[in-house]
Amino acid sequence: MDAKDRQIINALQGGFPVSETPFAEAAARLHMTEDDLIARLRRLCDEGHLSRFGPMYNAERLGGAVTLAALAVPDERIEAVAAQVNAHPEIAHNYARAHDFSMWFVVAAEQPEQIPAVLADIAAETGLPVYDMPKLEEYYVGLRFEL
Amino acid sequence: MRIDDTDRRLLAAIEDGLPLAPRPYAAVAQRLGLGEADVLTRLRRLRADGIVSRFGVIVRHHELGYRANAMAVWDLPDGQVDDVGRRLAGHDFVTLCYRRPRRLPLWPYNLFCMVHGRDRDTVREQIARLNAEHGLDTHPHDVLFSRRRFKQRGARYSMRGAA
Repeated sequence: MDAKDRQIINALQGGFPVSETPFAEAAARLHMTEDDLIARLRRLCDEGHLSRFGPMYNAERLGGAVTLAALAVPDERIEAVAAQVNAHPEIAHNYARAHDFSMWFVVAAEQPEQIPAVLADIAAETGLPVYDMPKLEEYYVGLRFEL
Repeated sequence: MRIDDTDRRLLAAIEDGLPLAPRPYAAVAQRLGLGEADVLTRLRRLRADGIVSRFGVIVRHHELGYRANAMAVWDLPDGQVDDVGRRLAGHDFVTLCYRRPRRLPLWPYNLFCMVHGRDRDTVREQIARLNAEHGLDTHPHDVLFSRRRFKQRGARYSMRGAA
């Protein structure tokens, strides 16, 4: 990655134009050509620096629901429990963390009523209490991930 | 705000990314049998309504060199948590900041921040800065570093979004 790639990533974390020729507009603001911008974005995606170029959606505003849940998993069961949890397609991500509450996962569902059902299934399958911690308030952070 | 079936088809068509071509919306429109102007109007509305919450590069933190992340949590009095949450969210290394319910007696914390950094020491310093600048040291707090990422997927379009 060179300085221009970093400039693109810093500038285009939000606010991509919705217009007929958005890459040309964005490229002009970055003092580069449309072709160069498109080629660089393609390479940054191909090389895995970007997971994609496009929209991010707000699940709740689409009528869906999201929660964060935690499990206190004994060390020797962490692999097996991760497999049980991840088998549910509603699990968006799942991290092991250094704490007695050792597994933290995000559940995202199209219908809000699916969330308690998935959590109940996980509790039954693992035999562990599931601690549901849905967000009560979100504090706005900026869009930027400065490179 | 209402979204219709065409909106849903449009959101599904671009959820894995916009075509990297000079007229990306025209390409999407053609695929869906819609007009380019219709696609532009719909996307502007979806963005104005907050259904499209961001539009641009979706970075992979880890691949970009942000190799450490921690969930920092505090137990703050209910009357203070919103004020502190808003202030913590203003730091550029705080990538998510939420109030969540306590789960007593085992989990007393009600404020959650994700902090990303190039390594664990950096993340520790950043969290120490939050505690020092906002006078949080006297409140119960904890830091949960990630040990392993078991799963991180792009969900179906209606499921995407931060927790």
